[in-house]
Amino acid sequence: MPTPLYAVTTDPLDLAALVSAVTTLPAHAPDEPRAVGPGAITSFVGVVRNENAGRRVLRLEYEGYEPLALRAFERIGAETAERWAVRMALHHRLGTLQIGEASVMIAVSSPHRADTFAACRYVIERVKQIAPVWKHEFFEGGDVWIEGATADPDDNEARQDAYDRACA
Amino acid sequence: MRVNIRLFARLRDIAGAGEMERQVPDGATVRTVWETLASEFADLKDYEVSISTAVNAEYSRMDAPVADGDEVAFLPPVSGG
Repeated sequence: MPTPLYAVTTDPLDLAALVSAVTTLPAHAPDEPRAVGPGAITSFVGVVRNENAGRRVLRLEYEGYEPLALRAFERIGAETAERWAVRMALHHRLGTLQIGEASVMIAVSSPHRADTFAACRYVIERVKQIAPVWKHEFFEGGDVWIEGATADPDDNEARQDAYDRACA
Repeated sequence: MRVNIRLFARLRDIAGAGEMERQVPDGATVRTVWETLASEFADLKDYEVSISTAVNAEYSRMDAPVADGDEVAFLPPVSGG
């Protein structure tokens, strides 16, 4: 079965599968026989860090609202396509993750590298802003739910901020 | 009418369950559902200014109307990645 571009899963993530998903041209669309294929791929892997805000982190438990997360990923994909000529895959893991395990993976392909770097950064910034996913941090001495951004996909200021970071 | 409520992360901890059903009056909005919950679980009130909401797994606004059988979700600030 081909790797989906967007996924939320408790299974370990597989970067090679994401890269493959954005490298393979979609069944050579007959109406675009001369479409330019990928010339560059940028990937991002977020991993569980052993420290946060001075605390010694033991593990993270990720919770998500799966159907809304997939829609948020599709939305991020559409936003990305508005600005860059790229193909993008985005997978987020849920459940219990140990230090060093990958929690999120992104792969972006394009004919040229400038677009892949910018779009990849944009995608992770938007994930942090609007993906309905939460970290429950277990550290030495306790546990805490991490709360970051109030998710509002229509907040154009947040979207602009993500774009500015991507193109900095 | 009855709505299905979904709560996540710390909101789920406060209410002691991630899924529940509640009766709300006809003409209710997402805000009506939230106020019903907040009157039941006082600690939820702290989240009134920072939550996001969704109806049937689409982001929504507090003033969006809800219908019988809808799934209404309340999300604390997100921390994915």
